[in-house]
Amino acid sequence: MWKWLHPYANPEVSYHFVGKLLPWISKITILLLAIGIVWALVFAPADYQQGDSFRIFYIHVPTAILSMSIYIAMASAAFCSLVWQFKLADASAAAMAPVGAVITAIALFTGAAWGKPMWGTWWIWDARLTSELVLLFLYLGIIALHNAFEDKNLAGKAAGILSLVGVVNIPIIKYSVEWWNTLHQGATVSKMEAPSMSIEMFLPFVFSFLGIAMLVTYVISIRFRTELLARNGMRPWVRNLITEEGVK
Amino acid sequence: MIPNQDLSYKAAFSLIIKRDLTIAFRHRDDIMNPLLFFIIVVTLFPLGIGPESTTLSRIAPGIIWVAALLSTLLSLDRLFKSDHDDGSLEQMLLSPHPVFILVLAKIIAHWLVTGLPLIFIAPLLAVLLHLNENSYGALMLTLLLGTPILSLLGAIGVALTVGIKKGGVLLSLLVLPLYIPVLIFATSAIDTAAMNLPYSGQLAIIAALFFGSLTLAPFAVSSALKVSTN
Repeated sequence: MWKWLHPYANPEVSYHFVGKLLPWISKITILLLAIGIVWALVFAPADYQQGDSFRIFYIHVPTAILSMSIYIAMASAAFCSLVWQFKLADASAAAMAPVGAVITAIALFTGAAWGKPMWGTWWIWDARLTSELVLLFLYLGIIALHNAFEDKNLAGKAAGILSLVGVVNIPIIKYSVEWWNTLHQGATVSKMEAPSMSIEMFLPFVFSFLGIAMLVTYVISIRFRTELLARNGMRPWVRNLITEEGVK
Repeated sequence: MIPNQDLSYKAAFSLIIKRDLTIAFRHRDDIMNPLLFFIIVVTLFPLGIGPESTTLSRIAPGIIWVAALLSTLLSLDRLFKSDHDDGSLEQMLLSPHPVFILVLAKIIAHWLVTGLPLIFIAPLLAVLLHLNENSYGALMLTLLLGTPILSLLGAIGVALTVGIKKGGVLLSLLVLPLYIPVLIFATSAIDTAAMNLPYSGQLAIIAALFFGSLTLAPFAVSSALKVSTN
């Protein structure tokens, strides 16, 4: 059943496969982001209470959701690399950590920028904000641990263990608005029921969410390819690639 | 040493605890220094903030807990470092006993020499900080349940960084975020107790954290040690 996956365990095959996908991912990203951002910032109706400042929602919520999704993806990759010793899973986990850290920082920053006009304060020590900040610290710790090792194989394993320990934080972030009475509002879109916002506001969100998700995929793919090249620098296929590319 | 093939798990466990305690008591500085650090950090706060008793009693739980976190962090390095340097850690990993048991024994020994003295000295410092009288029970209970969590979670960080030359700063970056939940619930329990309200909820969460880390952390530590010793 999984036999079709086996060739992709080879770094060379994976490298070229991701390379073929990249132009498509970039086109879809530009298309989705253009539609999503323009629709969200210009055409979507203003909120009856918050006015135009609610439009930061279209950046804040996608990045906040993705900050957790990237962490889960990274931890799953780390798990696969620890248990089944997949070299590629390790490379993808290493590719994801800095992207996740940046996305988390964006979510925190846009949250602060939104909090100032709405709550009257940049920051409040409430459960969701604090746990998201802890997520940022976890990302930074994983990156720092990864950089501290000379041997990239050991670095991947050590950072993988740390990212698995940090998974505990994810449900805390997700359910913090339900478990504690906080200033942060409850889930609007990321739940199983119908979203608690009107459809004219929700549709641009779908586009901007998918756009930012594709952007993240694009950046991670590029980083993944770079990781593969860096780790296989001594292999003949990388050397061939260098001589071929060098001629151009 | 006589090769002992049938050393039971219990015997191995107590052997490691005895060994670590013996080593600790022969290096008394290692026990005393984190404790002195704890006392000095706590005394710095009244000097920095000012001696009004209302302010101090308001922030006392936070000060005591943050100082406890920092002094635990300071003592963590000793947990595996010297054993790693002289090679006895590798011998332990090679032994036929499950690493889980050996790791748990080392962590308990570490808590006995660093966590337990903190609990004894904490009420004294609480008096200096004018902690609310209703809060002493909560302070003791949260420290009793919380400091083992600090040792257990910290052991994961030490195990990950033990092979790195300059692991000290990195260790604090890895471990402190994991300590945040303990800090939040412990100080919240002490604050609630000061208002004469029941704090069993926070205590239950700390207990859950304790049992969760007691059962899961040794696994993470043993796999991290296997990575570090390679």
